[in-house]
Amino acid sequence: MTAVEERTGTTPGPEKEIGKARRRKEDARLITGKTTWTDNMVLPGMLHLAVVRSPVAHARITHVDVSAVREAPGVIAVFTGSDLAEEQGSLPCAWPVTPEMVNPGHPSIAVDQVNHVGEAVAVIVARSKTAAQDAVELADIDYEPLPVVLDMEEAVADGADLVHDHLESNTSYHFVFDAGEMGTGSDTDQAFADADVVVSRRLIQQRLIPAFMEPRSVVVQPQGDNYTMWSATQIPHILRVMAAMVTGIPEHKLRVVAPDVGGGFGGKLQVNPEEILCLLIARRLGKPVKWTETRSESLMTAHHGRDQIQYVDIAADREGNLKGLRVRLLADMGAYLRLITPGVPALGAFMYPGIYKFPAYRFECDGVFTNKVPTDAYRGAGRPEATFAIERIMDELAVELGMDPLELRRKNWINADEFPFTTVAGLAYDSGDYETATQQALELLGYDELRAEQQRRRESGDRVQLGIGISTFTEMCGLAPSRVLGSLSFGAGGWEHAAIRMLPTGKVEVVTGSTPHGQGHETAWSQLVADSLGVPFEDVEVLHGDTAISSRGLDTYGSRSLVVGGSAVVKAADKVIAKARKIAAHLLEASEDDLDFEAGKFSVRGTPGTGLGIQEIALAIFAAHNYPEGIEPSIDAEATFDPENFSFPHGTHLCAMEVDTETGFVKIRKYACVDDVGTIVNPLIVEGQVHGGLAQGIAQALYEEAVYDADGNLTTGTFVDYLVPSANDLPHFDTGNTVHSAPGNPIGAKGVGEAGCIASTPAVVNAALDAVRHLGVTDIRMPLTPERVWRAIHRGGDGGDRATAGSNAYGGAQTETTAGVSTDASSLGGDR
Amino acid sequence: MIPAPFAYARPTTVDEALQAIAEGGEDVKVLAGGQSLIPVMRLRLAAPETVVDLGRVAELRGVREEDDAIVVGAMTTHADVLADPLIRQYAPLVAEATATVADRQVRHRGTFGGALVHADPAGDLPAVALALDAEFVIVGPGGRRTVGASEFFVDYLTTAVQEGELLVEVRLPKLAGSWGMHYEKFNRVAQAWSIVAVAAAVRREDGRIAEARIGLTNMGPTPLRARQVEEALAGAEATADAVAAASQHAAVGTDPSSDLNAQADYRQHLATVLTRRAVSTAAGL
Repeated sequence: MTAVEERTGTTPGPEKEIGKARRRKEDARLITGKTTWTDNMVLPGMLHLAVVRSPVAHARITHVDVSAVREAPGVIAVFTGSDLAEEQGSLPCAWPVTPEMVNPGHPSIAVDQVNHVGEAVAVIVARSKTAAQDAVELADIDYEPLPVVLDMEEAVADGADLVHDHLESNTSYHFVFDAGEMGTGSDTDQAFADADVVVSRRLIQQRLIPAFMEPRSVVVQPQGDNYTMWSATQIPHILRVMAAMVTGIPEHKLRVVAPDVGGGFGGKLQVNPEEILCLLIARRLGKPVKWTETRSESLMTAHHGRDQIQYVDIAADREGNLKGLRVRLLADMGAYLRLITPGVPALGAFMYPGIYKFPAYRFECDGVFTNKVPTDAYRGAGRPEATFAIERIMDELAVELGMDPLELRRKNWINADEFPFTTVAGLAYDSGDYETATQQALELLGYDELRAEQQRRRESGDRVQLGIGISTFTEMCGLAPSRVLGSLSFGAGGWEHAAIRMLPTGKVEVVTGSTPHGQGHETAWSQLVADSLGVPFEDVEVLHGDTAISSRGLDTYGSRSLVVGGSAVVKAADKVIAKARKIAAHLLEASEDDLDFEAGKFSVRGTPGTGLGIQEIALAIFAAHNYPEGIEPSIDAEATFDPENFSFPHGTHLCAMEVDTETGFVKIRKYACVDDVGTIVNPLIVEGQVHGGLAQGIAQALYEEAVYDADGNLTTGTFVDYLVPSANDLPHFDTGNTVHSAPGNPIGAKGVGEAGCIASTPAVVNAALDAVRHLGVTDIRMPLTPERVWRAIHRGGDGGDRATAGSNAYGGAQTETTAGVSTDASSLGGDR
Repeated sequence: MIPAPFAYARPTTVDEALQAIAEGGEDVKVLAGGQSLIPVMRLRLAAPETVVDLGRVAELRGVREEDDAIVVGAMTTHADVLADPLIRQYAPLVAEATATVADRQVRHRGTFGGALVHADPAGDLPAVALALDAEFVIVGPGGRRTVGASEFFVDYLTTAVQEGELLVEVRLPKLAGSWGMHYEKFNRVAQAWSIVAVAAAVRREDGRIAEARIGLTNMGPTPLRARQVEEALAGAEATADAVAAASQHAAVGTDPSSDLNAQADYRQHLATVLTRRAVSTAAGL
């Protein structure tokens, strides 16, 4: 997609890689597990860590006795909070969203107080993992309970118990975006005062657990005064900087490697307590150490996502013209601020207006401390919340106005001829066509037929009712323009870096700073480079994740990799071609201006038969026997790409839902979506990302919820109770694409990693409500468990709270019993 | 996710197994397919002193015919139960319920006897065994005894199998006459335990329901028979209305728990709906 390529024309070149549905070259090793997962690392003399964790949500630590742990077989050392207090510093929070934001500091290991269940209180070092684990129960720690703060609305009330008693309140920050004050819209209060119709709702974004497939794992090897850390992280580059700052190990003495990483969904966009603890302990002992979490630890202590209460007001005239939008959030921070905890809800601030033309908009968010594990990035981070709120309230407004929900949307969305369009939130949407995507989606779904069936079922009083849910979406992708991030007080930029190394045999190494954790960078980047340089796909190797190899980068999150990281690769390839051109001109004894570059070969215009391949030039410049004066003997190149604007993928998602009114069981009958993610490099990867995103978004609507009981124990402490759907539970997906290339990057890509996850949740909930609205149901709280749906239909309300007991399978395993609290070993009667 | 240390015995005969249990110390657990025991040990909810693994006791595997019953060895895997022609012919309810147990991998390791002795109220097979009036053959130091299903399930995760004893086989009566059967399972995702489920076996005669046997899954600490429904159905016309009326009694005498998936009142509602559906299907309505 470079300018160079666009000149190709007269003779048909080799088939283009961009647009080809290549199977991912990394999949064989990832799927079979025959690769370098961090936990597969074995180093000579390596010691193993196990973490003793708090079984209570809020307490003072009054007594710590680890002498029995020290005596246990195979145990080398044990460290408590007071052992590490002097050197542990605070885990970093890189996003102070307001200057006044209160950050209580985040110890990696609790010293005198614990603030959530699962917080580390001691670390055991042993010769084997089993020895370390066996010693956990020997730690004798006394806790003096403090009042547990769990409910956000109670936490912000006057006189509430405090999570951090040295702070004045449980509110970390108050963030406001007011379009009137910013000059991007008119006065919001006035707009509401003047409006014919105002609809207000309180919506709940439940707490979710990222539930990545590979548990977190860290290995640290000290070598003299150098340290190498392998970690199952999304962000080796950011982790290196942050870990250096926290521990005082100089950045140039610390190498961080993210080997193959098995998923993250934002859950590995973190500087974890255990990463810091591994570094501190390896430094103390001078020995390599490993920590790999159990699934129970992962669900309990890795950061969670979402968890907001949204108060949404929408104003319109009787004809359905939107007049204003007001959003107030309570966002659960959990007990501490981790890397971008406060920024996640703020990132959504600009997306609540969605694809609609609001004249007025005001957003306010309070970040609230509770005695739960911190929240942080989770697929979509702020944007699914925004899309859910706007797409739910649009349906509610349509009901209030007696309008067709699609008609209301159509009346207010940005038309294709209005791009680029600056929204009331101040964002310049780049390109798109909402009408075309919607039309295609309607056809894919078979909308008219399903509406007719819905009518029939309604009239006959069928026990299974049918509903159709609509959701449009757009999101700010390609994070991010560095200057914009600066204006939002984010602690880093949003550029990305790439390098291309031309090896003597003509093979190509691409070094990317955008570290993958399962997205298929190796395949997509190879396709980009194969097209740019005209080399075979198989001749390209993509290197990543090791700060000693890929020295500059900002890693993978926010659907940024192809848009920003891929663009850096293309820019680097352009530089390689430019450098090679000088050498080709010299060797072909021609003027640079007379050279064409096509399909990997320089040829002299008008002189058929002459030519020199870029792979041959790589060998020639390696030998360096004959090259022009005044240039360096290398055609390797690097590039850093900093986008000037976000990219804005969009789409229309439609869900047809069957609701069994007798049992409350909901079943997706059909799901269709048409997404515009800009230029598609690999349709198979795009399809996979959409499918995975849909699964995750549908899971929020129907299945997943992190539930704490009244004492702050995580009830959903295993996958028995934290319900992640399988392929069995999900429908066939009818997907399609429209393509409006992004003008802001050389590929034209907009980002696809979060699309399905953002748009599907409101589509599913709207569908369920559409099926039972005639029965008097106006809201059902997520996830739409059968019980909640049944209660909403037969008892009114939104389905209410769930009982907080774990299901009795496994004897109701939850954090109360998996946090290392002693239990009666024989409590389970019977056998097996 | 690492179990506490334990001693391990792997006998090859029932006699050896009984001896290993006797010698295993205070807290012995018997390992069948391990699909429940291993997870609770990994979570350290159970930390037995000794684990006696029945995996190599060949005599406990397989299904055979014995007069008016079919006999299922306790160590017969779910997968083998599903593939067995005798089960399909005489106890299709067992096959139908077994097919809903967890996933393929679990069914390949998990065992018929293991699931019954574990007696998880959310497990599918106990209610089926109860509905079919299965008999449980238990051996121990004192010899061999047979316990009917109604006495077998004692309490939450507790059965008539005493310390030192072993369930060796389960006898399922070949139901005579024209029986229809159905297992109606309700759960949120395909691989999950039942929130509530209903096992129904119905014998029809001349347009009437001559006899109905109904087992309820997860409606109390043990599987339950829906006796009032059974009584209401006995001799009733085989019509949708009659079945619906009888099913209204399904929750009588139940004592379900409240948990994340369902509170007790909702479970009781589900029991009536699912009973109606199970009986209707079993009766061919």
